[in-house]
Amino acid sequence: MVAEVSLTAVMVVFGMSVVTFATKAGGFWAIDRIEPGQSTRDALDALPGGIIVSILTIRLLEGGPAEWVAGIVVVLVARSTENVLIALIAGMGTLVLVRWGRTGF
Amino acid sequence: MSREDADTVTVTVQDGDEESVPGDGEELRFSRSGAVSGFVSCVPVALGVGGYGLIFGVLAREAGLSVVTAVLMSATVLAGAAQLIAVGLWEWPIPAVAVIGTTFVVNLRYLLMGASLRQWFTRLSSRQAYVSLFFMADENWALTIEDLREGTGRGAFLLGSGLAIWIFWVLATAIGAVAGGRIANPETYGLGFVLTAIFLALLVGFWDGRTSLAPWAFAVVVALTVETIFPGRWYILAGGIAACLVEVIQDGR
Repeated sequence: MVAEVSLTAVMVVFGMSVVTFATKAGGFWAIDRIEPGQSTRDALDALPGGIIVSILTIRLLEGGPAEWVAGIVVVLVARSTENVLIALIAGMGTLVLVRWGRTGF
Repeated sequence: MSREDADTVTVTVQDGDEESVPGDGEELRFSRSGAVSGFVSCVPVALGVGGYGLIFGVLAREAGLSVVTAVLMSATVLAGAAQLIAVGLWEWPIPAVAVIGTTFVVNLRYLLMGASLRQWFTRLSSRQAYVSLFFMADENWALTIEDLREGTGRGAFLLGSGLAIWIFWVLATAIGAVAGGRIANPETYGLGFVLTAIFLALLVGFWDGRTSLAPWAFAVVVALTVETIFPGRWYILAGGIAACLVEVIQDGR
């Protein structure tokens, strides 16, 4: 608990920060150096959706029925309001209500 | 950088500091007002990130990291999943190669995320682009793509939203590390659902009609398959690439 900071630990943290920045900056660095053709631009357009779909697939799978119900509410509210914040609040509210309902609060 | 930091609360919408970047299509500005918009839009998300930060701080202390080391890690690495896995591997002596190597592999998805910012970030100066990229995390990357696709021209959105995440992540790490196990499980308050909800809401905006169907469906299949076979976060990389391949084949027809 004392303020004794291990030099090795700090060096490892430094190493972690270097490789992390390499990944955050490296993709843009590489693509900035080539003039991408039409198919590369198409691929880059599809990339964000593909990444988000992949993240969501596993997150929803690991969640339970309460998350799925709340997720449907998020999608419906986002579609009708086109507002991320309102959709977020509606989803969180639904999740809390469903969880309370299930635990018999 | 530090000036941006200090002034974010007091700036007005128009300040003389703005720099127009001529480009193809809409104008892109790297302005303080753009950074403020990013910061404000990201605060609800950053609250969720703060929930994870508390957990990270607690786990880091339990793994034997000092408070200073834990906070230093959050401030300089700024990558939630990689940090949680790193403290899972932490023991004495520290397995440096395993910790740093795993961090790199878990973060490979950032290569794709950074590349996807190309059409806007090539119009920023190198310093603006790379400082912004330091503050890129899953959450604010998604918010930024959404904002830039709407044509707002806010080049500093990633930086502003990233600063919101950075502040909450670092503060929460410190609180978690100092308070240790005395903090109740943040999951109780549904904080774990924030990221899921944000991504779902953003995905609605990314839906591009029927052309999105095949790339997304293939991404789901590939993500599920890869997640079953390989540990870690390879499924994000694999699913992203899968969507790209289908899109290229589809457009080539």
